[in-house]
Amino acid sequence: MRVALFITCLADGLYPDVAKATVGLLERLGHEVEVPLQQSCCGQMHINTGYPREAVPLIRNHVDAFAGYDAIVAPSASCTASIRHQHGEVASSIGDASLIASTAEIAARTYELSEFLTDVLEVTDVGAYYPHRVTYHPTCHSLRLLRVGDRPLQLLRQVRGIDLVELPDAESCCGFGGTFALKNPDVSTAMLADKMQNVLQTRAEVCAAGDSSCLMHIGGGLSRLKVGVRTVHLAEILAST
Amino acid sequence: MSDVTATARAEILDRIRRATSDRPSPQPIVRNYRTAGTTEADVELFVDRLVDYRATVHRGTPDQIEAILAARGIAQVIVPDGFDQSWLPTIGQLREPLGITELDSAAGVVTTCAVAVAETGTIVLDAGPGQGRRALSLIPDYHLVVVRAEQILASVPDAIAVLDPTRPLTWISGPSATSDIELKRVEGVHGPRTLDVLLLT
Amino acid sequence: MTFLGMPAASLTGGNLDGEQPFPEAARLSVGNAQLRRNLGAATHTIRGKRAAVVSELPDWQELRAAGAAIKDDVLANLERYLLQLEQQVTARGGTVHWARDAQEANRIVTDLVKATGASEVVKVKSMATQEIGLNEALEQAGIEAFETDLAELIVQLGHDKPSHILVPAIHRNRSEIREIFLREMPDVDPALTDVPAALAEAARGHLRRKFLTAEVAISGANFAVAETGTLAVVESEGNGRMCLTLPKTLITVMGIEKLVPTWRDLEVFLQLLPRSSTGERMNPYTSMWTGAVEGQQFHLVLLDNGRTATLADPQGRSALRCIRCSACLNVCPVYERAGGHAYGSVYPGPIGAVLSPQLTGVDRNPSLPYASTLCGACYDVCPVAIDIPSMLVHLRARVVDDKREQHRLPSPEQAAMAAASWTMRDSRRWTRALRAVRLSKPLRGWRLLPPPLSSWISSRDLPAAPAQSFRDWWTEREKSRDE
Repeated sequence: MRVALFITCLADGLYPDVAKATVGLLERLGHEVEVPLQQSCCGQMHINTGYPREAVPLIRNHVDAFAGYDAIVAPSASCTASIRHQHGEVASSIGDASLIASTAEIAARTYELSEFLTDVLEVTDVGAYYPHRVTYHPTCHSLRLLRVGDRPLQLLRQVRGIDLVELPDAESCCGFGGTFALKNPDVSTAMLADKMQNVLQTRAEVCAAGDSSCLMHIGGGLSRLKVGVRTVHLAEILAST
Repeated sequence: MSDVTATARAEILDRIRRATSDRPSPQPIVRNYRTAGTTEADVELFVDRLVDYRATVHRGTPDQIEAILAARGIAQVIVPDGFDQSWLPTIGQLREPLGITELDSAAGVVTTCAVAVAETGTIVLDAGPGQGRRALSLIPDYHLVVVRAEQILASVPDAIAVLDPTRPLTWISGPSATSDIELKRVEGVHGPRTLDVLLLT
Repeated sequence: MTFLGMPAASLTGGNLDGEQPFPEAARLSVGNAQLRRNLGAATHTIRGKRAAVVSELPDWQELRAAGAAIKDDVLANLERYLLQLEQQVTARGGTVHWARDAQEANRIVTDLVKATGASEVVKVKSMATQEIGLNEALEQAGIEAFETDLAELIVQLGHDKPSHILVPAIHRNRSEIREIFLREMPDVDPALTDVPAALAEAARGHLRRKFLTAEVAISGANFAVAETGTLAVVESEGNGRMCLTLPKTLITVMGIEKLVPTWRDLEVFLQLLPRSSTGERMNPYTSMWTGAVEGQQFHLVLLDNGRTATLADPQGRSALRCIRCSACLNVCPVYERAGGHAYGSVYPGPIGAVLSPQLTGVDRNPSLPYASTLCGACYDVCPVAIDIPSMLVHLRARVVDDKREQHRLPSPEQAAMAAASWTMRDSRRWTRALRAVRLSKPLRGWRLLPPPLSSWISSRDLPAAPAQSFRDWWTEREKSRDE
């Protein structure tokens, strides 16, 4: 099986440890990972902000970069959802038959990390050790676009040393929403405040999630509060030994 | 039809034609939900639902009607045409024609019903015999409905299947209520604030 | 994307947009702690109730799919069904009127009321008449309109605006409602408490005489059956029954999309609507009537007001499936914080964010499609499966296209999006750009940054820029492996 990593633009530029952890984890499980460097961004930000036209070259680049792999793994539910649901729609809107076909091809082989581990590799115990009190925030796109269900929790429950605590009102959005956080700062901040309060209520040291974007938002807020709670990507916990 | 409304009508219809010029082809309507006749009516469920709505349910025979009314302190009741006279041997009766003022000052009303729905605790009136026009079961503050066991159907589709849409229909699920204050249900606004149901067994 | 030759929304009058863009209006409401407490408590109550009664039905998803398909059939064959409805209502003694926009509908209703000689009307809660601003139009014609739904009454007496589709006074708690009643109801008991049952009783006393003496009633409709001409109003309090039953003249104003094709179709919607809206297995009262009944005069006003413009967008038209249950409002995290008034339209929340801009044209509501994090909670609960998040994304593109058409010079956002696209479509440019991220390292400690970053750092720290991008790390690792 030829496995490619879709780094995601956010991990590439701001959270390289998340991508390194994903590679490390997959290699530990015995899989060689390739990283086609032609990749950049899935274009979700453009599509979701109203610029599908500007997303088209990014989508073309993405399908070119990942042609020929058996599986493409991304440490992001949101980007995976964009590839799975939005790329084909944008291709259809411009009536490009070959792009419609190639986006469908790539979409069918793209997996969010927890999906890849539990569905393709069929593992839940990845041999991780992480002696910390952790609460898990299920991101909206993992829950309601990808429907990953409790896959991330199945993985986390098998981690040795972990003290996994339930997050109250876990399924509520954290308020990030991409450019929403910039366009609607007051509502975004109000949602973030409630999310942080729920995180703090758990007395966890670490708030984990499967999307660096939401973690950037929650982590940025927690850092401002100076309460000592860190945000850590699911991949980093699973890679930890 | 006036010229203005004729013009408006023609223009709206023309807009609709242009708006759907792409000839939308919707998914076929699949009725694989529980349709009429697929579920057994559950009388206990019906009672449970009514109680949940704060209606009071009595079970028994028509000769209990006057006792139920007496227990509510009702000495005179509105009786719609077609209501079985033998069920009310002694109580004072108000009969049609009745004006709004008489309806407003009446202590209560007794009616039969057309059908009932167990799953939702609903009783449907269709202005048939024993039910009268809609105002009779609306203006008095007390309503006693007599339901025969065989009128209880399982589900909403079962009721729709037997009701006649050309009759004025009133679907009643408990006494008048509102959820307008903090989205919590409280009973008792404009319709009858007390609903008693006599289930004939 | 433009729709050449298609009906464009060009509305006159109505309550479908506000004076402020959403983010500015939301700033005010987010800062109102009382409002947030009221909304948070109410929406959490109803979420739990809805979830419980929906989970009781083993065939909920089947009903939902049928509901969506029935409404799509209505939209695909709207002309045929409207003509069928008109014929049935007319054959049974009703009169059908057609209104292209709010102003036309208001004129029709005002003329009908004037013709009866009445100077007062009682009203059943109706979104359509809120949308067209009927009460204001009647007032100008010297006709007083009395709202009879408890929440509408609270809004009317409080000289306020509705903030929710189902419960227009959701932003008020019991003690605020008590204060409004004490201030505005001349006949109220001064010892009135804030117990909800006592407040409901006060409303009963206040409106009783109006119901019993009203000559004209105005209602909306939840459903109209094309096949039979039957209209349905779904309610709780009995104010609907009072209005529909007692006055000699009944005028119903209804959007042209509120149809269902057949009588049987109601078996689907009478299950979907109450469970989704008030979280009840069935609402206390549903009235159905066909044509003019029990000696009444009956007028039906069919309203376009931007609906045909909505119908013209293949990716937006399914917003017209909406049955106004408001389940999407109750689960929306943005609505919960911002409240209904921030949307500026009588249709707030997720459905309002897709419906209002389509009814008015996106130029009049450009901020609403962005009033969402695209979290998807609305789509999950929608009883007619409107994919609101995807539609919001589609409407954002329409907003951007509209701005491009209006202005020659690209906005800063357009320039930034174009630049990002240019950089990221080419891996060499992208690799170089990521190296530049390191240069931003000192920014982390800053408290003054230009927009839009200024709004980020108002409440959040920026992440620390890493020493090296992942791709540079990977390239080095691959090199060292080859050596």
